[in-house]
Amino acid sequence: MMNSTYALSAILIMAAVTALLRFIPFLVMGNRKTPAYVEYLGKVLPYAVMAMLVVYCLKGVDFTVAPFGVCEFISVGVVVGIHVWKRNTLLSIVLGTLCYMLLIRIM
Amino acid sequence: MKNNPLKNAFRDSLPVLSGYIVLGIGFGIVLEKNGYGVLYSFLMSLLIYAGSMQYASVELIAAAASLPLVALTTLMVNARHLFYGISMIDKYKGAGIKKPYMIFALTDETYSLTCYTKYEDEKERHLYCFLVSLFNHCYWVTGCVAGSLIGSALPFDTRGIEFSMTALFVTVFAEQWLGTKKHLPAIAGLAASFVCLVVFGKDNFLIPAMVIILVALGFMKDRVKNDE
Repeated sequence: MMNSTYALSAILIMAAVTALLRFIPFLVMGNRKTPAYVEYLGKVLPYAVMAMLVVYCLKGVDFTVAPFGVCEFISVGVVVGIHVWKRNTLLSIVLGTLCYMLLIRIM
Repeated sequence: MKNNPLKNAFRDSLPVLSGYIVLGIGFGIVLEKNGYGVLYSFLMSLLIYAGSMQYASVELIAAAASLPLVALTTLMVNARHLFYGISMIDKYKGAGIKKPYMIFALTDETYSLTCYTKYEDEKERHLYCFLVSLFNHCYWVTGCVAGSLIGSALPFDTRGIEFSMTALFVTVFAEQWLGTKKHLPAIAGLAASFVCLVVFGKDNFLIPAMVIILVALGFMKDRVKNDE
């Protein structure tokens, strides 16, 4: 077991910051009408942020060492393909993950 | 009764039940592999209750990242929650004693269910949103705890199961892409993140990427709006 004081502090900080982010709009806006610019950001940010999170997940892929990220990119392709085809979130996640787990064992 | 909030909340939350159990188990297993057991899994799923951040946190804690960096990463990864709150201000107004918990439990998946409720009656709507939040939270805690318990006892190799997080984001990204004609924000997010990853490296790219995304979205405001 690592340093548990450190781990617990980190967990409490993550919990506090996450809760703060969820509460801030309600605390700040209160009964006022949401400004148009904030409303606009609220609409478009999810698209950009999700793209950022995908890149974030794949940041560890090394293109200079075999198998050059092939497993990751095939599996991402499988997730996209199955999702476009079936539009079933769970199915896309399960099959994509199984595909990845299989590929990293055979490549 | 057709409008029974309890029945509807449970039925609507079923896709989240399956998703959270799979992702929660994945998280519990990854956490277990890094030397943190079921107590940590329980605490994190109960108190943090944010899937992507919990996955990211495993790496942070394993690398003994400094506490300010932990706070900053949480801020960046979960910044999108600010915008979920903004669209629920009116819907959650007057929810009384249930409201603090409903705000605390406003995850991506909960938001996706509660932002489309068709309840006209305020009391029924608040009860429905509260129950969806509570059910989802229970699924998540159950999944994470189960992952920790299974992880240490699993007889086969679970290497690669952490890809379920990547798959979740790719799925949400694909779903969002299919649901809109305005692809500029998604492309901006992808381009900014990729360029920053190349320029700043994998440990430092998130913050510059967020800044560039905010600036880029500001610049394309008129173009995106004109497309409507």
